[in-house]
Amino acid sequence: MPVSESPKKPQKLSRQQYLDLYYYMRLNREVEETMTRLFRQNKIVGGLYASLGQEAVSVGSAYALEKRDWMAPMIRNIGALLVKGVPPRDIFTQHMAKYTSPTKGKDGTSHFGDLGNLHIVSPISMLGDLIPVMTGVAMAGRYLGQKIVAMTWIGDGGSSTGVFHEGLNLAASQKAALVVILENNLWAYSTPVRRQVPIENLADRAKAYGISSYVVDGNDVVAVYTTAQEAVERARAGGGPILIEAKTFRRRGHAQHDPAEYVPKEQRAYWEKRDPITLYEEFLTKEKLLDAKGNKEIESKIRTLLEKEREFAENSPMPPPETAAQGVYCTGPECHDLQPKWERQIDELLPPKSGVEPVWTIEGFGRGASSSEGNAPIHFGDVPAAANPQKRATLPDPSSNLVAKPSKKPVTTKPASRKSAKKGAR
Amino acid sequence: MAPITFLEAIRQAMFEEMAADPTVVLIGEDVGVYGGAFKTSEGLLEKFGWERVIDTPISESAIIGAACGMSYLGLRPIAEMQFIDFIACCFNQLTNFVAKGHYLWNAPAPIVVRGPSGGGVHGGPFHSLNPEMYFLHTPGFKIVYPSTPYDAKGLLKSSIRDNNPVLFFEHKFLYRRIKEEIPADDYTVPLGKAIVRREGRHLSILSYAAMMHTSLEAAEALAKEGIEAEVIDLRTLMPLDEETILASVKKTNKCLVVHEDTKTGGIAAEISAILFEKAFHDLDGPLVRVASLDTPVPYAPTLEEAFLPNAQKVFTAARDLARF
Repeated sequence: MPVSESPKKPQKLSRQQYLDLYYYMRLNREVEETMTRLFRQNKIVGGLYASLGQEAVSVGSAYALEKRDWMAPMIRNIGALLVKGVPPRDIFTQHMAKYTSPTKGKDGTSHFGDLGNLHIVSPISMLGDLIPVMTGVAMAGRYLGQKIVAMTWIGDGGSSTGVFHEGLNLAASQKAALVVILENNLWAYSTPVRRQVPIENLADRAKAYGISSYVVDGNDVVAVYTTAQEAVERARAGGGPILIEAKTFRRRGHAQHDPAEYVPKEQRAYWEKRDPITLYEEFLTKEKLLDAKGNKEIESKIRTLLEKEREFAENSPMPPPETAAQGVYCTGPECHDLQPKWERQIDELLPPKSGVEPVWTIEGFGRGASSSEGNAPIHFGDVPAAANPQKRATLPDPSSNLVAKPSKKPVTTKPASRKSAKKGAR
Repeated sequence: MAPITFLEAIRQAMFEEMAADPTVVLIGEDVGVYGGAFKTSEGLLEKFGWERVIDTPISESAIIGAACGMSYLGLRPIAEMQFIDFIACCFNQLTNFVAKGHYLWNAPAPIVVRGPSGGGVHGGPFHSLNPEMYFLHTPGFKIVYPSTPYDAKGLLKSSIRDNNPVLFFEHKFLYRRIKEEIPADDYTVPLGKAIVRREGRHLSILSYAAMMHTSLEAAEALAKEGIEAEVIDLRTLMPLDEETILASVKKTNKCLVVHEDTKTGGIAAEISAILFEKAFHDLDGPLVRVASLDTPVPYAPTLEEAFLPNAQKVFTAARDLARF
C-alpha cells in the first residue's frame, strides 16, 4: 500500500478558475521566453534559470493560496510569483539588475520578497533553508490568530539537505500550517534523482515525520491545484504540515549555460510530449472552455503586457554606485516600523492577571499521527502547563510524557480560554 | 535591591521584555519545562505559556529559521543556543539568510540569538567557544558581549528592541560568579557604546566579557608598580565604539587588547588596523595582544590555563608596554 495519498478526483472548477490557470501558465512561459531573448541580447546580468515544462507545478500550487497566505518560492517558481501578484516588470528588472527592481539591484533572479503586501519571502541559493523559515511564519501566524498557511517549494535535489529534515520535523512537532511542494524534476543539476535518493516516491518520507503527503502528476495543472487546495485547507484547519511531491521534468539545463547533454534522449522526448500547457489546452478545448478566438485574446493580452513591462525594465537605470554601501542595517522605526497584525485578543498573551492561568489553547497541538493506530502523544503539548510559579516543584516529569507510546486517550490540557481565543477568529 | 547574578540579570531582561511586549517570544532547546540548560529561562514557561516559550527539537538551523520567519510577521523572537558553540550548526541560516535580508530585500529580522559562551569552566573544546569573530566578518549582525549584570540586562533589553539580528554572547564563567546591585526600574544600555571602567594615563587596556575582569585585576597590580592603566570595556563589538577607543589611545598613546578569543583574527587585529588608520601618530609603542592560543580549547585544567589569558599574562604584557 502506498504511503503517500493520491489526489482525489479533481472536482469541477469554475470557468474563471480554469482560465486563470491557463493564463498564468502562458504568462509564466512567455515571461521566461522574453527573458531568454534578453539573455541572448546580453541584457541579463547574471544567470537565468528556466522552468520550461514545470509551469503547472508553480501555477497550480500557488493558485491554492489566499491573499493573506505566505509563500517562499524557489528559483524556478516564477509562475508562483505571478499568481501571487508580482508584476512581470519586477522579474525583468531583477534579472537585469535595475534600480527599479524590488531589491534595487542588490540581488538578481527571483531572489526578492514582499513582507508587507504580497507576503512573499525571498529565496536564497542554499537549498532547504526556507522550510524552517516558513515554519516560523506559520507559527507566528497562528500565534497572532491570523489563520494563514505558509507554502514553500523544494527540489528533488534540495530534499537531501539536513535543513529539509530539521524544518519538516520542527513543522511536524509544531503542527505548523505549512505546505511543502517537493518539485521532483528528476535532475539536480546533472545528477539524476535515482542517484540521489534510493526511494521511488520522495513524498513517502513524510511518514517519518508523522505528516500527510501526496504524489501528483506535476504536468497536470488541475491535479496540482486540487491537491494543493486540499492540502492548504487541511493545513489551515490545523491538520499540520503536508508534503506534496509533484513529478515533472526540467526541460532546460540547470541554467542557460548548461545544454543538459546528460539527459537521455528518450526521457526528454517522453516529457516533451507531455508539455503541461499543450495538455491543458487539449483539456480546455475538449471541455469547450477555450476556443481559438479566446486563445488569441489571451495571447495578445500577454504580449501587450509583457511588451510594456519589458520596455519599462530596459529603460530603467542601473543602481547608483553609492547605494552599494547602504542598507546593511535597519536604522530603526523610521526605516521599518515593525508592527504585528493581531487577529486575536492581545490581553490573552500578556502576563496573566491574578486568577488567570496561562495554558496552551490550540487543540491537537503536539500530537502527530502515530506510526501505528490512533494518535500518539509525542510531544510537549501533552504536558500540562504549571498553574503558577509556586507550583513549579509539582510539575510532572516531562520525560514521562515524551515517550512515544500509543495511548487510547491522549492527555490534553484543558483549553481554559478557548472562548476568548475564538473571539479573534475569523 | 539585593545584588543579583549575571545569570539572573539575563533572566530578568527576558522576563520583563516578555511581560511588556507580547511580540517577544523565546525559542530553543530545553528553554521551557527545564528552564534552560543554565536556568536562564526559569519560570518563563509558567508565566508566559507554551506559545511564547517554545521547546524545540535539537535543530539549530530550524530554530534560527523559525525565529527569522516569526520575525517577518512582527514578532521579536529570542533564540537560545544551549551552548554558543552550537551556533556553528546554523552558520548558513544566520550568515546567508538572516544577516543579508535587510540589505538584499529590505527584510529586517529583529531576532536575538543568545547563549552561554567562553571558557575557564573546563567545558572542553565544544562547550567553551568564543565564536564572535566568525560573525563580525558578516555584515548585518550586531554583536554584544557584556561583562557585568547591569550591562547584561540593559544590553539584552536593547538587543530585543533592536530591529536587526543581534548576537548576544553570555560568558558562562560570569553567570554565577559576579553579583551586582541593579536599578529596580526599566533601563537599557545602548548598543555600540564602550565604557571606561578605570581611568588611567600610561596605557589603554581594551577588553570585554570575562577578560574585562581579568584586565581590571591586572590594572590593580599595575597601579602598585606606579603604572596607571585605563581599562575600557568594549561591551559591543559591532558596532564598535571607535570614538571611545581613539579618545583613550590619544590620551595614553599605548594600547593593549585582551580577549579570550584565539589570537589570530581576533578583535585585537581589527582594533590594531583601526589605530593604524586613525591614530598612527598618537602611538608611542606597538599594539600588544593578550589572547588565547591559536588552538582548540583544551580540556585538562593545566592545558586550559595555558591556553587562556590571565591576570599575570596581562600584567606582564602591560608592564612591558608601559616601559616601552
